[in-house]
Amino acid sequence: MRKVYLDHNATTPTHPEVVKAMLPYYEEVFGNASSIHQFGQQARKAIDKAREKVADFIGAKPEEIVFTSGGTEADNFAIKGVAYANEKKGNHIITSSIEHHAVLNPCKYLEKQGFQVTYIPVDRYGLFNPDEVKKAVTKETILITIMHANNEVGTIEPIAEIGKIVKEKGICLHTDAVQTVEKIPVNVDKLNVDLLSLSGHKIYGPKGIGALYIRKGTRIQPLIQGGHHEKNRRAGTENVPAIVGLGKAIEIAKETMEGESIRLTNLRNKLCSGIGEKIDHVHLNGHPGKRLPNTLNMSFEFIEGESIILSLDMKGIAVSSGSACTSGSLEPSHVLKAMGVDPAIAQGSIRFSLGKDNTEEDINYVLEVLPEIIARLRAMSPLYRK
Amino acid sequence: MQYSEKVMEHFLNPRNVGEIENPDGIGHVGNPVCGDILELYIKVKDNIIIDAKFKTFGCGAAIATSSMVTELVKGKGIEEALKISNKAVAEALGGLPPIKMHCSVLAEDALKSAIDDYLKKQGKNR
Ligand code: FES
Repeated sequence: MRKVYLDHNATTPTHPEVVKAMLPYYEEVFGNASSIHQFGQQARKAIDKAREKVADFIGAKPEEIVFTSGGTEADNFAIKGVAYANEKKGNHIITSSIEHHAVLNPCKYLEKQGFQVTYIPVDRYGLFNPDEVKKAVTKETILITIMHANNEVGTIEPIAEIGKIVKEKGICLHTDAVQTVEKIPVNVDKLNVDLLSLSGHKIYGPKGIGALYIRKGTRIQPLIQGGHHEKNRRAGTENVPAIVGLGKAIEIAKETMEGESIRLTNLRNKLCSGIGEKIDHVHLNGHPGKRLPNTLNMSFEFIEGESIILSLDMKGIAVSSGSACTSGSLEPSHVLKAMGVDPAIAQGSIRFSLGKDNTEEDINYVLEVLPEIIARLRAMSPLYRK
Repeated sequence: MQYSEKVMEHFLNPRNVGEIENPDGIGHVGNPVCGDILELYIKVKDNIIIDAKFKTFGCGAAIATSSMVTELVKGKGIEEALKISNKAVAEALGGLPPIKMHCSVLAEDALKSAIDDYLKKQGKNR
């Protein structure tokens, strides 16, 4: 059976070149980068090189990059680190209502610790309005954290515009760029951000590695204490193979991003229009234009997402859903909810997120099997009346 | 989702999908947890449920439990049918993941509501 993986916003396959680059750092160059002997120094060199690549890709300086265990740790570090380091200045944080849980939950945690959090709403396309952020700013505001693009619907947010607003006020701006790095250009100066999170496994790198960009001069407290690693900002012996892998993944992204973004946009649009032609009662979730090239989120009315996922899985196709039934908490997607999507329609939402190995044949195959699946499930639905 | 083979089998080939024309009882319940809906139709003759059909808007477990409950109930007397619990439905499917147990409650509730509807039409009460 054909296997079609369309869940790249969840995770990506590790690029073979990345695996190849990582391998020597397990058996041959295994040194602890803190050691002064040559074993250690070789590892140190590898880390430095990877750091340069990551920094270069986002327009930062190498010393502004701190490696973490992933996007979630980078988000936690940015939010709690800035909040605690600036506690004396103020206790107000601004975020959006469609953040990833790696941002929302640290914010909720800080709320319990006495911080105030404002959740900026979004419109029906998932876009926030920079004016709303401006209005929400108080004398107490110390941090604004808003994602660069949303993982579920792909909407790309106007981060650069808030940067301008907060610059004069000395408020820290953090963005979770886990979904944008490798897909669209990301530049810390153009975005006007002070902190930016990225992750390895979303960009064909290994799992368990990510990075936080911290603009020079940003007041932040470390999350993990221990040795003097990462200039005292993140303790723990460096995960050298994963860091090397992240560097390699970034290096590849630099070469391929432009072409891939066009190719994936075309494939995705083909999928979107094909679905529209073959299936009725479908809705696009997310912004029609300001959207990640690889992401397509659609709702199929009258049916529920998990049953669509299971049916597609039986055909070798992997997707995800914002349905309550598929979430561990049995809550519908907070993103679709914030966008004002009717809960019944959110139940039938499916996210297709494309990636480097997807071909036109893959899309044709999905378009071949999907209509039958939708029809079969609709025939079972009490909401569907022909 | 870790579904048993039996769940997947019933999900992919659900028994008794559809509506019954002129049913003797209809159960219509919504799942308060995730918002899904189950409709269950029964045909009763001489106090025996001779046919049952369903329509479900819900997850794989909801569809599989709907299918299983209609199977279990066919041929049973009203009294006996009322004793079918959500656990029995889940067990008949080889178990459900803990987070999906509430979907079997939906099946039990739909059955009870269909029987109640039948009894009401008969001028009786449970
Ligand atoms: S019906 Fe929603 S989780 Fe089963």
